[in-house]
Amino acid sequence: MKTLGSLMKNNVRQYGMILALVFIVILFQILTDGVLLKPINITNLILQNSYILVLAIGMLLVILLGHIDLSVGSVVAFVGAMSAIFMVEMNLPVWLSIVLCLLIGALIGAWQGFWVAYLKVPAFIVTLAGMLVFRGLTLWVLGGQSIAPFPEEFRKISTGFLPELSKTASLDILTLVVGAIISLGLIWTEVRKRKQQQSYHFDVLPTWLFALKLVFIVAVLNIFAYFLASYEGIPNILVILVVLIVAYSFFTNRTVTGRHLYAVGGNEKAAKLSGIKTQKLTFWVFVNMGVLAALSGLIFAARLNAATPGAGNSFELDAIAAVFIGGASAYGGIGTIIGAVVGGLVMGVLNNGMSLIGLGTDYQQTIKGIVLLLAVGFDVYNKNKTSKLD
Amino acid sequence: MRNITKTFPGVKALDDVNLKIKKGEIHALCGENGAGKSTLMKVLSGVYPHGSYSGDIYFEDEVCEFKTIKNSESKGIVIIHQELALIPYLSISENIFLGNEQSKRGIINFNETYAKTIDLLKVVGLNESPDTTVNQLGVGKQQLIEIAKAISKEVKLLILDEPTAALNEDDSENLLNLMLEFKKQGMTMIIISHKLNEIAKVADSITILRDGKTIETLDMKKDNVKEDRIIKGMVGRDLTNLYPNHTPTIGETIFEVKNWTVQDVTNPARNVVDDVSFHIRKGEIVGIAGLMGAGRTELAMSVFGKAYGTKMSGQLFKDGKELTLKNITQAIDAGIAYVTEDRKSFGLVLEEDIKTNITLANLRKVAKRSIIDNGQEVVEAENFRQKMNIKTPSITQKAMNLSGGNQQKVVLSKWIFTEPDILILDEPTRGIDVGAKYEIYSIINQLADQGKGILVISSELPELLGISDRIYVMREGAFTAEFERKDASQEKIMKYMTKTGVEQG
Repeated sequence: MKTLGSLMKNNVRQYGMILALVFIVILFQILTDGVLLKPINITNLILQNSYILVLAIGMLLVILLGHIDLSVGSVVAFVGAMSAIFMVEMNLPVWLSIVLCLLIGALIGAWQGFWVAYLKVPAFIVTLAGMLVFRGLTLWVLGGQSIAPFPEEFRKISTGFLPELSKTASLDILTLVVGAIISLGLIWTEVRKRKQQQSYHFDVLPTWLFALKLVFIVAVLNIFAYFLASYEGIPNILVILVVLIVAYSFFTNRTVTGRHLYAVGGNEKAAKLSGIKTQKLTFWVFVNMGVLAALSGLIFAARLNAATPGAGNSFELDAIAAVFIGGASAYGGIGTIIGAVVGGLVMGVLNNGMSLIGLGTDYQQTIKGIVLLLAVGFDVYNKNKTSKLD
Repeated sequence: MRNITKTFPGVKALDDVNLKIKKGEIHALCGENGAGKSTLMKVLSGVYPHGSYSGDIYFEDEVCEFKTIKNSESKGIVIIHQELALIPYLSISENIFLGNEQSKRGIINFNETYAKTIDLLKVVGLNESPDTTVNQLGVGKQQLIEIAKAISKEVKLLILDEPTAALNEDDSENLLNLMLEFKKQGMTMIIISHKLNEIAKVADSITILRDGKTIETLDMKKDNVKEDRIIKGMVGRDLTNLYPNHTPTIGETIFEVKNWTVQDVTNPARNVVDDVSFHIRKGEIVGIAGLMGAGRTELAMSVFGKAYGTKMSGQLFKDGKELTLKNITQAIDAGIAYVTEDRKSFGLVLEEDIKTNITLANLRKVAKRSIIDNGQEVVEAENFRQKMNIKTPSITQKAMNLSGGNQQKVVLSKWIFTEPDILILDEPTRGIDVGAKYEIYSIINQLADQGKGILVISSELPELLGISDRIYVMREGAFTAEFERKDASQEKIMKYMTKTGVEQG
């Protein structure tokens, strides 16, 4: 029977970031006199961080392979600019514009992926060039000006909410129902997973701890749903985010290609000798990054209701920081989607909380930098400690 | 050097070794791979600092306690390692004086550096400008730069570890003559070499090491030492009970390679594999003997879907049908598996757990429509854990936490999981203990009994003799001999691995 202490020690990597997130939330909840967790601010948090989280998901795959993508901020701006050209200047239908923009993202990704995967130019260099090129193209396309406003239909992506079921209650019923359904689904899958693991005689959490964990998760989920419900309900963007998180988690954990990603990142030579097509994989990961950067660009443009030359500035750094805070290894092969999302939320809550208590950008930047360093330093320290044991 | 003992975790690399070298002689150090030659020289040159070994080093009647390489160099003991330690993008002169820059208060005096470099290049007979960057030179010339670098340190005792391993015959000849020239000028040298003809040419005396022990020291002239005599000293241990008994049931030819030639990736003028033909039959274990650098790994990897090399020619046949393998995936699909030489760098994803590593090369087998069935993966991995006797509490253990022997079993499992018909095993027991070796041999025998064709590459001759049904000998990219198990002996094989004159066996 394992003690709680050893369980904690073994899963420090997994739970460390979640604990950090909880700590930061509580800290700012106190510092802001409860403003942080007000329903309106929670909705705000989601809207504010959605585009970074989308980028972080794509960035995780890139970093898993041991590469990096510095160009995503510029791609966000460029795609935003192109969307304005399509929708505002050319009056193309919204759906067509979105498809075209995602396609542009895919092409950009294919271009960079080609240099990295087949010509073996370090990703750092390729995407640094991309960062300059696409920022330049943005300025050129926009002629240095902002373009606005976007059609209402398009803005809904970032600012709209799912429709309400009944107008009578002060709470949004749909949100509560969705919260409950997800809770039940979660309990069912967790219990099933545990049973399966037990049947293979894996170490599982002791029953009471397992129950406690479930209760905690369900409670957080439903409180979250309640907060959303007491404002406007579920933002459209949250639906997109949840779908992406679930889909990419499944992809990385359960599919053959996802497994190959970890193998290539962990030991490229061994992966290659096991018949994995490492170049093709690298190429497609960059294509994927391009598409997600385009999506992020659309979300950002819709939220801002304008395409501006300065859009997406330093987004790449936030996305990269999110992935590393979420426990990914800079050498590749280690990291999870959930980790990256939690990392993104840590940065998001920090940003939001510090703004709420009125700290200037000078402090904010400094503190964020230190948090990044400490988070990754802690991770590396832990890793060294465990590897010394064997 | 007296009574030197050096232990690594789990291994006694040197066991009470004595080595005596006379002033002004060329002393050869011989032994099989892993006999402890390089370790001994690293002790002598201070790579392993005083205190990490036991025993004493005397140099010019003085006890020496070298803490670093700098200490030994200041006494005039300089070692040239097997792998050249030159910086490719620095010039000849910068390389020669690396770490020993001709400078005043941190500022390099290039005039002095140049003048000295030109003198040194004359001594080693190299006609190049000191400005030339090292990467423009061939391996032979680079070796001469290393020697120039050593001389610049006012060397009294020069140690050369396999100096001719990467050189062609002209360059080797040149180097050996240079050594004889230095001897006339009174320099003392130690040479480590596998090439016995070279030793016979330059050495005055020879010390033979085996399993970390000094076997004998011979005077080349007085004892009238021939190559055969050296070989006898290097091998000569008994093989009882190290290998499981096995009676092969050999079927038809399952795999055949014809006229296989592969160009060296780094040096297109040379063929690492030169017109090699061989075949493996069902249920047969075929060994390939050869020294390091003979081209065995390159042969295996190039056959395995061009994992090594870009330019190659020749034909592959499986069950009599010709195969064209463009990449590794096709090789795996064709039923070929290649278990790599260096399991940590090329065989395992160390950060991942055992089951992930086992299923890696054939994930499709545990997946439906590209989605992995976690349950089935566990069942398969668990199956291998029991069958291969992988000693671990759980298959969710990370590969890096396993011992060498268990890691090797995981790599073997991975390849058996791809259901191959032909298994190529490159140094399958390197760095693992005797018990685990026995288990690996048993597994190899079982695989052969299932009708698979097995190709074993090994530097350990006793191992090859212990498990192979047939042995090919490879030297400098070509096959020099083929033996049935009953006709083979270590002495015979060693002769074909090392001798310059090729005879058909």
